[in-house]
Amino acid sequence: MREAAIVSFAQLDCVRNAGALNEVELIMPVINGALSGAGLGSVQEVDFTCSGSSDYQQGVAFSFVLGVDALGAVPPINESHVEMDAAWALYEAILKIRMGHADSALIYGFGKSSPGELPAVLSQQLDPYYLAPLWVDTVSLAALQARMMLDQGIISELDMAEVVARSRRNALANNPHAQLKGEVTAQQLLQADPWVSPLRKHDCCPISDGASAMVICTLERARQWGKPCAVIRGIDHRIESHNPGVRDLTRSVSTEHAASHAGAANGRVQVAELHAPFSHQEIILSRALGLGDGTDINPSGGVLAGNLMMASGLSRIGEVAKRIIAGEVQRGVAHATSGPCLQHNLVTVLEAA
Amino acid sequence: MTQPEVLSQEFELGYTYTRSTGPIVGRFLTELRRKKLVGIKGSDGRVYAPPMEFDPQTTEALSEFVEVGQSGEVVSWCWVSEPRASHPHSKPFAWALIRLDGADVPMLHSVCTATEAGMRTGMRVSAQWVDKPQGSITDIACFVPENPAAAAEGLEKEAETDQEMIKGIEVPVSLTYQYTAGEATSRYLSEVRQGQLTGQRCPRCRKVYIPPRGSCPACGVATDEEVALSDKCTVESFTIVHIPIPGNPIQPPYIIANLVADGANISFIHLLSECVNEEVRKGQRVQAVWKPMEEWDYAMDNIRYFRPIDEPDVPVDRIGKLPVSGWEG
Repeated sequence: MREAAIVSFAQLDCVRNAGALNEVELIMPVINGALSGAGLGSVQEVDFTCSGSSDYQQGVAFSFVLGVDALGAVPPINESHVEMDAAWALYEAILKIRMGHADSALIYGFGKSSPGELPAVLSQQLDPYYLAPLWVDTVSLAALQARMMLDQGIISELDMAEVVARSRRNALANNPHAQLKGEVTAQQLLQADPWVSPLRKHDCCPISDGASAMVICTLERARQWGKPCAVIRGIDHRIESHNPGVRDLTRSVSTEHAASHAGAANGRVQVAELHAPFSHQEIILSRALGLGDGTDINPSGGVLAGNLMMASGLSRIGEVAKRIIAGEVQRGVAHATSGPCLQHNLVTVLEAA
Repeated sequence: MTQPEVLSQEFELGYTYTRSTGPIVGRFLTELRRKKLVGIKGSDGRVYAPPMEFDPQTTEALSEFVEVGQSGEVVSWCWVSEPRASHPHSKPFAWALIRLDGADVPMLHSVCTATEAGMRTGMRVSAQWVDKPQGSITDIACFVPENPAAAAEGLEKEAETDQEMIKGIEVPVSLTYQYTAGEATSRYLSEVRQGQLTGQRCPRCRKVYIPPRGSCPACGVATDEEVALSDKCTVESFTIVHIPIPGNPIQPPYIIANLVADGANISFIHLLSECVNEEVRKGQRVQAVWKPMEEWDYAMDNIRYFRPIDEPDVPVDRIGKLPVSGWEG
């Protein structure tokens, strides 16, 4: 099987409101950053381009088509799009490379959530008969999940606050793109009032505007380009029922399966970037991936430090790749999620070449 | 040049969804209209309420309906202290997963209590119906802490029995956004408001785009050099519309054309009028008919339409290559 490797990654700062920037103006800097990071001058030099975004976020029909204006798609390029996080665009690109249909690919994700009310917008991705008419939002669904874990004694509120404190601390130390960062203790966080009880506001990821992009290629092409890379040893994704009532919300069975198929446990996991939009979900995911003390979890701060809806999953993979390319670690795992309460999960295993 | 303000406007995006229900969801909604709750038996005998069409474990199509209770037990809950505009209640309330009596799989709905202190996991709650059920999940206004006396009263007020099976529902969705035009678009519209068409030139291929979007889509590079354009244009392509478009006030037949402004290289779309439709042709010269200046806004309909002018046609190979000074023929 032809393996693919990540050679470059670029991301914008996560900001609450990118204001005047349209999708083209958001995307162009990361496209250029990812291409130049791979030593490339234009999108014409990769075989395939794939993006991830959702028109519902900013309420602009076919905004992903408008986004193509950022690329330089003349003469026409081989291009595709997923209405999902761009981690799934990466998955599509890897399939292209594995099948021999491409030797290199550009992947990007972008999201401008600030024009709408994201948690309410996301309620409309739910079952259209039983749930969407109630407008039950993503924060409330996550709060139901957290309550189950607290009731069953699987976690405590202190555990949740510690996840947030570590996120803020890691973002301050390691992530210039983070929206939320700082030195705060779990005890201080627990002083805050509940928001959607049992969740406090800090248990929830912020809403961010921004974009991220990466270039991947075959190992042979990476050698030709003379670029260090992070090899994608395994990638797999699994989905659970759309009916939250039938799922065991206290664990992530789909992450367990994806991790097993991606080979996450076939070596030491030095670093893990987990796409956990809510603090208790990081604990669910750590357990599903079997991560212990030997793993540096979310050194970037994760999405609690900044959540680019539709690019956050790709950014998690980029964050791990970045550390492998820099020679800081040899092996890591990245996770991306989609849907309410960790419904759909993708696990990527990355290793030094 | 001075930076114009960034343009931003609230707008509502509506989707007029009509959904077919199929026999399983349709039956559930039909029962709701009669103030009854039904579930369905899964392959392993577990009861799903609301009913699922297929067993999530075995994928088997399910069909064995079971009436379930109007009361049940709260499996999990959260307290919404600041309800959103889209939420079903304006006062603080709870969302809950509720396992109805006779069901195994919990359903999601709201629970109304005076305060958060009134909520706890394992508490008993009962459905409270709206006065006139329509066959929707929102026929249950909410659940409330169980009160056997109230439940009995509710049964007396049972809805009229409408036997007709629900096959489809209307579920319009409306979302409000604060749309912000990009920098390039804001600058463009600010110029249009002054009665001026303005393009942007690509620093690499030198092509001039109107309306500009801040990039050259061919080269993938940012554009910021602004170029004042003429309101005289050449017809690059056109179509005669004979079909009335819902919501469009213009009566057919009318002409939509791709027009290239003098000084630009890429066409934009606008209306053509004051012309003999059958005589419109590629290369024809046209000019903008502007609204009175006092009506100008940040919008392309400051130009009502374009109309033919008395200039010789532009040969096809020269279309999109004229200077801003125009065409002498």
